[in-house]
Formats: sequence, C-alpha cells, structure tokens
Amino acid sequence: MKRDALIAVVLFALVALVPFSGEAYWLRLGTTMLMYGVIAMSWNFIGGMAGYPSFAVAAFFGLGAYTGAVAQKFGLPMGLAWTCAGLAALAFAALLGVALLRLRGHYFAIASLVVAEVLRELVNSATELTGGGMGLNLPIPTMTSIDAQAAFFFYAMLGLVAITFAAMLLTTYSKLGFGLRCIQQNESAADMLGVDTTFYKVSAFMLSGVFVGMAGAVYASWVHYIEPPDVFDVLFSVKAIVMVLLGGAGSVFGPLFGAALFLSLEELVWRKFLEVHTGVLGLLIVLLVMFLPKGLLSLSNRLPWARKTR
Amino acid sequence: MLYLQILANGLVLGGLYSCIAAGFSLVWGVLNVINILHGSFIVLGGYLAFFGYVKLGIHPFASILIAAPLFFALGYALQRGLINRMIAAPVLLTLTLTFGLDLMLSNAMLAAFTADFRKLLLDPPLGILALGPVVLPVDRLVAMLLALALTGLLYLTLSRSRIGRAIVAVRMDREAAALMGVNVKNVYAITFGLGALMAGASGPLLAMIFPISPLTGPVYLGKAFVICVLGGLGSVPGAMIGGLALGVVESFGALWFGPEHATTLSFVLLIVILLVRPEGLLGRKGYS
Amino acid sequence: MNGPLLELTGVTRQFGGLKAVSDVTLSVPQGEVIGLIGPNGAGKTTLVNVITGVHPASAGTIRFAGEDITRLKPWQAARRGIARTFQIVQPFPEMTVLENVAAAAMFAGGVRYGRDAEHEAREHLRFVGLGDYADRDASALTLAMRKRLEFAKGLAMHPKLLLLDEVNAGLNATEVDEALALIRAIAGRGVTILIIEHLMKVVLSLCSRIVVLHHGELIAQGEPQAIIKDPRVIQAYLGRRYAGTEASNGG
Repeated sequence: MKRDALIAVVLFALVALVPFSGEAYWLRLGTTMLMYGVIAMSWNFIGGMAGYPSFAVAAFFGLGAYTGAVAQKFGLPMGLAWTCAGLAALAFAALLGVALLRLRGHYFAIASLVVAEVLRELVNSATELTGGGMGLNLPIPTMTSIDAQAAFFFYAMLGLVAITFAAMLLTTYSKLGFGLRCIQQNESAADMLGVDTTFYKVSAFMLSGVFVGMAGAVYASWVHYIEPPDVFDVLFSVKAIVMVLLGGAGSVFGPLFGAALFLSLEELVWRKFLEVHTGVLGLLIVLLVMFLPKGLLSLSNRLPWARKTR
Repeated sequence: MLYLQILANGLVLGGLYSCIAAGFSLVWGVLNVINILHGSFIVLGGYLAFFGYVKLGIHPFASILIAAPLFFALGYALQRGLINRMIAAPVLLTLTLTFGLDLMLSNAMLAAFTADFRKLLLDPPLGILALGPVVLPVDRLVAMLLALALTGLLYLTLSRSRIGRAIVAVRMDREAAALMGVNVKNVYAITFGLGALMAGASGPLLAMIFPISPLTGPVYLGKAFVICVLGGLGSVPGAMIGGLALGVVESFGALWFGPEHATTLSFVLLIVILLVRPEGLLGRKGYS
Repeated sequence: MNGPLLELTGVTRQFGGLKAVSDVTLSVPQGEVIGLIGPNGAGKTTLVNVITGVHPASAGTIRFAGEDITRLKPWQAARRGIARTFQIVQPFPEMTVLENVAAAAMFAGGVRYGRDAEHEAREHLRFVGLGDYADRDASALTLAMRKRLEFAKGLAMHPKLLLLDEVNAGLNATEVDEALALIRAIAGRGVTILIIEHLMKVVLSLCSRIVVLHHGELIAQGEPQAIIKDPRVIQAYLGRRYAGTEASNGG
C-alpha cells in the first residue's frame, strides 16, 4: 500500500508539471484525462471491486454538474458548490442503492441504465431551476487570464484525482474492500460468512457516485455552460466501463492507466471517425469481454479459461 | 367516459408491450442472459416493416412473416457463435457482452438510417372503430391483437411442442436435461432465437403506433425490463399481465402527469415494485 | 444459559404451493451432536436454509440462544454464531485459502481486520490440517481439502451452532474417517452440531440424537438405536426401494 501511494505521489507530481508547458491544447487534454481518471476509478468501486456493472456514471455526472451549476447560480462560491454536488451525488447513490442493491445484480444493472434518462427528463422539465432544454450558463471565474483559468481547472481535477485515488487505495486495503472482494467472488457465500452485503454494496455505490458528482460540477464550472444531453450522456457510463476493462480492474493503477490509454485512442483514432464512435466502443467491449478476460478477472473467476490456467 | 377511452388505449398499448417483454423474459429466465440487444432488435424490426412498406409495398402486418425467420436466424447465430461461449459466466458479464453488441448494432442503425424519427403511415388508413363511447384506430387494434396472438403462440410453443418442453426442461435443471439427451447448446440457441424473433416481430407492430428511430431502442429495453419486474421473471403469462399493467399505468400517467414523464413514471413504478414485491405481481419467491 | 440452544416451533417453508418444510418443531440442546436424516428431497437442506435465513420461514418461529431469529438475514445469523457448511463447497475461488478463513473470522467471528484475523485463520487451518496450504488459491484445492476448508471457515466464525450439510458426500472411506475425527474434535470444543448425513455409519457414531424428516415433516426423533428400529423411519426409507440397504451400508 505504501509503495502504491509513493508511486502515485510521484506520478501526480509529474502530471502537475503539465501546465508549465504553456500549451493550451495539452492543458485541455490533460484536464479531460484527469476527469476520465476520476470516472474510471469511481466505476471501479462498484464495477471492479463489487463486480456490479453500474451504468449510473452518467446520472452522477449530470446530477453533479447541475447541482454545482444551480448552486453557483444562487451565488455559492465555486468550492462550496462543488462540495454540494458531491454530497448530492452521495445522497442520491445512497437512496438508489438502498432501493436497488438489496437485490442481485441484474435488477441493479438495468435500472442504473435508466436512471440517467429519468434525471434528464426531470432536469428538462424543471425549467425555472435548470433552464430546461435551453441549458444553463455559469458565472465566469474571476481569474485574470484565460491561461490561469485553464491551469486552475487542471489542478482542480488533479486534486479530485488524488482524492479519488486515495479513497480507492484505502478501500482496497480495508475491511470494506475485502468484503467487496468476497461479494464479487460469491455473494451468497459472503452473506453466509457474515458480510452485510447490502451495506457493503451501497457503500461501494456511494463511493462510485460522490467523486463523479464533483467531477461533473468541476466540469460545469470549467466549460461555463451545460445542457441536459451533454452532461447526462450515457457515453460517460460506457467509457467508464471500457476504461476499467482496458486497464484491468485488478490493480489500483488499472483504471488510471485505462483512462490514459482510452483518451489517447480517442484523441488519435476516433476523432476521425465520429459517426462510428460508439460502435467501435461496443466492439472494444465485446473483444475485451470475450478475449481479454485479464482485466475482467475481478468481475468473474468462474470463467472456464480462468480455471484452466490454474 | 374519458377513463374508459384511456383504459382502452392502455390495453392496446399493453398488448404490444406484452409482446415486447415475452421474448426478453424468456431469454432471461431460461438462459439467465439479460439481452440488452432486445430493444435494438425491436427497432430493426420496425425499420424492416418501414422500408418493406415504403420501398416494396409489403404490408407491415405481412412483414412479420419475413421478420420472424430472419430474426430467429440472427438470434440463433449470435447465441451459437458468441454468447454460448460465455454462458457459464456470471450474468453480469454476459450483460456487459450484449451491451457491447448493442452499441455496435445501434451505431450501425444510426449510420444507416440516421436518428430521424420515421413514421409508418398506412395508405389508405384502416379507419376507426367506434365501440360505444370508445374510439379505436383499427390499425392499432389489429396490431394489438396480433401482438397478443404472437405472445399466445409463444406460450403454446413452450407448453406443447417438443422443443418447447426441452426449453422448459433446460430452464428447470440444466444438468438433468443434458443427461436426458437434450442438446443444451442447441436449446440455448433456439431460445435466444425465439427471443429475437419476438423482438423482431413486435417491431412492425410497434411501428404502427410509435415513430421509428435507433434512439428508441433503450426505451423499449427499459419497458421490457419493467414488465419483467412487474409480472415476475421467466413466464409468458407474467409478461402478458405485466405488459397490460404497464400499458394501462402509462396511459393514465400520461393523462395525469403529462406524456413527457413516461420514463420517470415507469422508473418510479419499478422502484416501488422492487421495494414491496421483488418477486413480481405473479412471481414466486426463490426463483433465480 | 437455560433452555435449548436452538428451538424451532411449527416451522414451515413453502415454495409456491409446495411445502418443502412443514410444521417442524424441534429443539437442539447446547453441546449436543444431532443428526438430521431423511430420504432425498425430504427437505433437510431447506430446513438448514430456513434456520440460516436464506429462505425465511413462511410460518413458525426460530429461537437461537434465547433470541427470536426467524426474520434475520443470513449475515445476521452468521454473526450470532450460526455457521454452516455447504453440500456443494463454496470457497471464494480467487482468494487464498488463508483469506477465505480470515474472511470468516473477521466478518462473522468479530476478529479485527488484518493481522489478528490472519493469525487466527492460520490456527484454524492447522487444526483442520491445511496449515501448509494457507497461501494456495482456494480453487486449487482437492474436494477433500475444500471440505476441510469449510470446517476451518466454520470454526473461524466462532460458532455456537455448526450446521454441516453432507460434509462427507464425495469423500472416500479414509477421508470420511478423517472428517469424522475432525467433527469429534470440533464437538469436543463445545460447539453444538446439527449434521445432515446420508452415511448411517457417521450418524450412528457421532450423534446423541437423530431427527428424521420425510416429505418436509418431522416423522421421528430420538436415540440412534431407537430411530433405526422405528417402523415409520424404515417405511420412509423402504418406500423408496433399496434406500434402506443403501443407508445402512453407507452408500
């Protein structure tokens, strides 16, 4: 654990040098990559550790973005607005988790697919608060230069990455993480051994929500303008899964590595083929599930090939 | 009298929903696979009917006869080629697999047909049937009756035919069925094929009421899911009851809360059912 | 503590129209080894599932150590000291043998996460004879070893009551003898045991009392020697031809 923490500190310190390059392009790309990192690590709590594929990332992200934006609209300072967004996502995850996670995986998985759609519908109709389909403008930060603004949001995301990583590291090496591993391997057996499975799953779900909610709020402040289809985009959920599958859910650096790899691919390859973007993502998921189970091993150990290699 | 009309609308809608959910429920119940592709299959069936009618003049109701074997073959091949390799994997993994496949299919449809909503309009229209105070467009009524007939046919297939009994046997006890000489892999593929058939065949029927677009796939998937939770998993009668119930609830919901909240309403319904009666309205506890 | 450790009153469990367990009243005194027998499909495993909360009772009450546990979830029952083994063994396959036992110790046994749980797990593994396998993956163990692992997990849960569901199924004669010795040793620690068993040899040599289920109903209970002569029991087994000889020969 100490070794992982040390590596992370060095890594984050290196990343912190990016703004000194002075290139706006790299700064923007870096901020996006850090945001993806938060999303991937967050999914890992529920999808990797507990083995429950959640499609709720988009819901948390949008909820956070709108909470932060509305809070800022009412004059809350940015930092406080971001905190509110995190808390809103946390509370929402708790309520949703208690309703859905008492049951086994399938109900949860599909219901989480629908929930972003539901929130979008609600945001769309609460026109007075959210601007509805017209979107919502955020106050422009009071920083002197555009460069300073860009650097500020880069560091904000980096801070969020550091917090999320710390939470993930602590969870991995704690009783909570151990219990989640038990659930992921065999839920009924875990139940029989005294693991309060509902509590553990809901905790994991809350952890998977809170940082994404904050990332949504930071994103909203960063781009000054949000609209429902933009922040409740189901692709956020899809990307989270792909990134973790790419990087491997087993190791603590897997999600971050997956996020970096994914953004590189996105930047280099798919930008050129926008119209088949989601199809390629789908193909990637199929290939990863079928042929590269290594990243998936923590989702399942009952796979035939996993058995053979032992 | 308004309520009677709303109820009739709901039942028409519900009949179609039964058909959507029956195949999804079958695959889930027998294979323990949650087929995320189901919604896109329905949309694809809708396009088949649309282009069959516009380009070739095939009546949408007749196009079911084309859709059925095509989708059965598609489903059979998918199960044989891909999903059977993962069948021993936990449900959450096969769900992720079909999710990936669905992204591919819906993207392909988006590229081929664009996101535009297309409406299938019969020319000449079939007219309107007035039953006392209740007024129903004939095309919708026929679509609903065909949907219920398809669902009934599935039920008969499962309960009466040889392959149907094999499917039920595999669902009850995989190993025992295999020992009795049932080719389990083949039965799986046939089951998935039947599920796809039901989706593909309900596409033309839904096209009589709803506009067709790749964007509606997830909506249908969500409905199929809610119906399974409502009616209990893995039984055709459950899907039928659940479908009719959802249709009526949506119909009244649209009246009281406005049609733009349909998704929210069924989601709330879903949460309530999961909280108070997780085994479904008809379901038994202890089936997994 | 006065009174029995486990007390079932009128316990029924229905699946749809089928009564898998029907109106069972039973008490298990502290410190005894009770055998639960009956033909296949008699509802033995269901009864264990009802006691542990996997399939909550449809009717009746279950009291454990003076507390009503009828409505408890499996994990709650586990923390109160009810441990069970499974007919089909269920380790966490991708964890080491040690981790499997440590999980039992920390979640049900109330041992602190970390070194404490690890130390205790090693002790239990030594006790069941798996000391050398602590760092192997659980999925790499043979069937007999997995059954031992189940014992170690059961012990790590600090049980007051241990429910053993066909722990000898699939074992050869030598392995059965080893398992028998192990069960005796566990009973010697003062753990109350309820054992589902098909091998009459095992039941007769271990149990102070035998309970017989048939079609979900409790048809007889008493001393082992009286039970094997009980006409209702003989009929229940002989109703299925050859079942009687199979049972007494030990399969």
